[in-house]
Amino acid sequence: MTVSPSLDERFRAAAATADLLDVAYDVLPDTPVGPLLVGVTGRGVCRISFDSEPEHQLEELARVFGPRVLRSPKPIEQLRRELDEYFEGRRQHFDIETDVRGMPAYNVKVLAELARVEYGHTTTYGALAALTGNPRAARAVGTVMNRNPIPIVLPCHRVIGASGSLTGYGGGLDRKEHLLRLEGAIL
Amino acid sequence: MIPPFETFYDAHRAEIFRFLDRRLGRDRAEDAFQETFLRALRAYPRLEHGEHLRAWVFTIANRIVFDDARKRKPGGELPELPVEDGLPAFEDLAPFTDDLPPKERAAVVLRYGYDLTYDEIGAAIGSSTQAARQAASAGVRRLRKEHE
Repeated sequence: MTVSPSLDERFRAAAATADLLDVAYDVLPDTPVGPLLVGVTGRGVCRISFDSEPEHQLEELARVFGPRVLRSPKPIEQLRRELDEYFEGRRQHFDIETDVRGMPAYNVKVLAELARVEYGHTTTYGALAALTGNPRAARAVGTVMNRNPIPIVLPCHRVIGASGSLTGYGGGLDRKEHLLRLEGAIL
Repeated sequence: MIPPFETFYDAHRAEIFRFLDRRLGRDRAEDAFQETFLRALRAYPRLEHGEHLRAWVFTIANRIVFDDARKRKPGGELPELPVEDGLPAFEDLAPFTDDLPPKERAAVVLRYGYDLTYDEIGAAIGSSTQAARQAASAGVRRLRKEHE
């Protein structure tokens, strides 16, 4: 006697419809950059992770946004659609809001500046550091990029080294290269 | 720390469904299942710690079984269900437990209605394991005496 998949999905949908979730998440199993775990709150997207194992993420999401963290596909629909369009080259700008609650103020400031780097363009860690008040803080900016909770939507892949090398990426350099190629920022 | 709801749901959904299925039958169990976990979601942010969650969710499910029975037979007797595993079926027992002292009633109901262990009952009613066992057996003795 187990819970049937249809009953399970019915509960997950009802929980979202009743607006009872702090975070709804789901795994997108098959994107051009591999499986993604994505999470949204009532305010917008709060998590995109290349590590798609929920057990690695749920406790932190619960700590930051509240304990009612549940897999529920329905609230993810807008994000799923926008990501699909982005990966197909039909979207250059995400309309969904971002929710960066729980981040230190400095990270929030850097991520806000990062959000202004446009599709198909790149900037450098040093330039982003200068824009956020301290031109010598390139390394600190690198750390913020590495801990970016919402990669792709907050485009840390567009930040590269001053020499033009791709430098590093939380999700691995292959993915960074894929995204920059998709956007036509590199050949 | 309260676990993410997904973890809690995953740990308890199967046994809660079995419990509801046994009490209500498959059709009504499905609605009751959804209602149990929606109620749990509503109350979840108010939990102060993550202990005794199993007893807690059984309490919710059991309340829903009662509500369901009342709705179906207002003012009437609760439905009779067969005795399972040699334990008195909860619905047979329930109407008689109203007059028990609260702690004994809780212990009897949790033991024979929910199949919880004395450990879990102690946690749920804020007593030691031993006190929970004593409360349950005192409750059963009292019931026997009153209904002889």
